[in-house]
Amino acid sequence: MVDQLTARLRAENVTLRYDQRTVSADLSFAVPDGSFTVLIGPNACGKSTLLRALSGLLRPAEGRVTLDGSDLVTLPAKERARRIALLPQTMSAPEGITVRELVGRGRYAHQRVLRRFSHADEEAVESALDSTGTTELADRRVDELSGGQRQRAWIAMVLAQETPLVLLDEPTTYLDVAHQIDVLNVLHRLVTRGRTVVAVLHDLNHAARYATHLVAMRDGRIVAEGHPASTVGAGLVAEVFGMPNQVVPDPVTGAPMVVPADTREPAAG
Amino acid sequence: MSRPVRRTAGGRRLLLGTDHRHVTVGVREAAVGAAAALVVAALGVVGLWLGDFPLRLDEVLGVLGGRIDGLTRTVVLEWRLPRIAAAVAFGAALGVAGAIFQTITRNPLASPDIIGLANGSFTGMLTALLLLGGGWHLLMLGSLAGGLLAALAIYLLAYRDGLSGFRFIVVGVGVSSMLAATNTWLLLRADLETALFAAAWGAGSLNTATADVVWPAAAIILVLLAVTPLWAAALAQLELGDDVAAASGVAVDRNRAVLVVIAVALVSAVTTVAGPISFVALAAPQIARRLVRAPGLPLAATAAVGALLLLGADLIAQHVIPLTVPVGVVTVTLGGAYLLWLLVHEIRRTRWSTS
Repeated sequence: MVDQLTARLRAENVTLRYDQRTVSADLSFAVPDGSFTVLIGPNACGKSTLLRALSGLLRPAEGRVTLDGSDLVTLPAKERARRIALLPQTMSAPEGITVRELVGRGRYAHQRVLRRFSHADEEAVESALDSTGTTELADRRVDELSGGQRQRAWIAMVLAQETPLVLLDEPTTYLDVAHQIDVLNVLHRLVTRGRTVVAVLHDLNHAARYATHLVAMRDGRIVAEGHPASTVGAGLVAEVFGMPNQVVPDPVTGAPMVVPADTREPAAG
Repeated sequence: MSRPVRRTAGGRRLLLGTDHRHVTVGVREAAVGAAAALVVAALGVVGLWLGDFPLRLDEVLGVLGGRIDGLTRTVVLEWRLPRIAAAVAFGAALGVAGAIFQTITRNPLASPDIIGLANGSFTGMLTALLLLGGGWHLLMLGSLAGGLLAALAIYLLAYRDGLSGFRFIVVGVGVSSMLAATNTWLLLRADLETALFAAAWGAGSLNTATADVVWPAAAIILVLLAVTPLWAAALAQLELGDDVAAASGVAVDRNRAVLVVIAVALVSAVTTVAGPISFVALAAPQIARRLVRAPGLPLAATAAVGALLLLGADLIAQHVIPLTVPVGVVTVTLGGAYLLWLLVHEIRRTRWSTS
C-alpha cells in the first residue's frame, strides 16, 4: 500500500545493529511524503533505532536507507542535513546559550567558513522561532526555561535547518500534557505546510489523533501500518503492547482511543 | 543593500563583509581578546626589560623601535625575546588545545595535562632521547608521536558506541598515571646526565627556550592556530552533543579526529621545548568563557588568555620568587588551587545543562 504513495525516504531490507546486538533484521519501510508518520511500540522495540537509521545517524549493517533514490551513507553530511533533520533524545545546551543562538546552530548545514550569518540564516531563525511560539523567548537563556519551553526551543533549532523531512525521537516525553499538545500542534502545523514529519511517540491516543500514518512496531518488526482509523484496534494494541484493552471513538475527534482494560486485583472482601 | 560592517546574531556579533562572504567576531570576545593582547604586550615589554643584565626601559623601547644597536639589541632580541615569544605562543597553544578537548568531551576537566597527553609526549620524547640520542627534530617527532599515541590509546579504550566525555577523562587519567610510571622507569634507566636534563625539563620550564628551538616551534603553532578556525563551526556543533551535531550536518568522527590531531600537535610542540606545563590548558578556556559570557569556549579569547597566563606565570617564576623556579612549578601550584575551586564549583551545580 505504501509503495503506491510517493516516498522520498525509504529503508530497504535494512538490518540494524548496535555492537553485536541485532535490533531489526530485513526491515523495509517507506515514509509517505507529506505525512505525519508516528512510530509506536513498547520500549526497546526498535523505533528509535529505526529513526536513527532513517536520519543517517546509524549505518545499516545490511540493506540501505535511500533518500530520493540515493543511498544515505553516500551523501555528504551537510547535503543530508539540508534534507533530513533529526531531534534526538539526548542533547546538551552549552551553559549560557540563548534560544536565538541555539536555533541558529540549526543552520550549520547551510553555512560555509566565510558565510556563517547570512540574511537567509536570520530569516530561517526568525521563522523557526515564530512557528514554535518562541519568539518572545529568543533572548532568554536556554538553561532558564521550563521543560516545555526548552523542548520548543530545540524543535525550533531543528526547524531552522529548513528540511523537507523532520524526524523527532520522543519530542513529548517528560512534558506535562498541555505542553505535549503544544508540541504536537507545532508538528501538525508543519505537516499542513507541506513538510513530512516522523516522530516516535509514547502516548497511543496522541498518536491516533495526530498521525496520518501510524506504524506499530514490536521486537524490531513492523506489525502494522496505515491510517490510525483503519489500523488501531483492540487486537493490534493487545498484540503490540500485550495489554488487554478496548478501543472506542475519541469523543472529541472520533479518532480511535485506547482504553486499558481494568486489570486491577479485585478488592478484598 | 547590506553594509560592510553590521551587527548580527541578536547584536552579539559583528559581521564584516558582504552577506555572501564574510567573517564574524563576537563583540565581547573581540573586546576581551584585545584587552588581553594589550596586557600581554605590556608584560612582554616588562619581560624584555627585567633580567640579570640591567637595562633601562627606554633602552628596551629603543631596541623595539629599531633605534638602538649593539649589545643592548643582542640582549633584548636574542637573549630575552625568544623566551617571551615562547611564553606567548605556548600559552596560546595550550589554551586552544584545552578548549578543543573540553568542547569535544563537553567537560571542563578534560585538559591535555590531566588526560595524559603531556605525559605521553614526555614518554615519546624520553624514548627518542634514550634510544636515538636526541637532537631537537628527533625529540619533537618523539614528543608528537607520544602525544598522538596516548590520544589514540585513550580514544580507543574509551570509545563505545560513541565517545562519552566522562569515560574519556577517566580513561585518560588512568593512561596518564601509567605513562607517568613509564617515564619514571625510563629516567631510572638513563645515565645521570640525561636523567638530570630530562628531570629538569619534566618540571616544565622556559629556561630551555632559546632562539634555535623557539622559532620553529612557534612557527608550527602559528600555522596550527591559523587553521583551527576552519573547524570552529563544527566544534560549536559538537557542544550540542554528538547526535545533534551529526544530525545538523557535521561529519562527527572525521571532524573530531582532525581537531584531536590539531590539539595534540599544539601540546606536543609546546612539550618538546618546554616540557609539560599544566594549568594553562585547563584554566584558559574557562576564564575566557567567563569573561566573554558567550556559550561555548571562545577560541581567540582563549588563545589571548592562555598567552597572558603563561607569560605572567613565567615572569613570576623568574622575577618575583627569590630563587629561580621553573614556570611549570608556578603553573602547577596555581593549577592545583584552580582545580580545587573547579571541583567544588562542579559539585555545586551541573555545568552543562541537559534536557
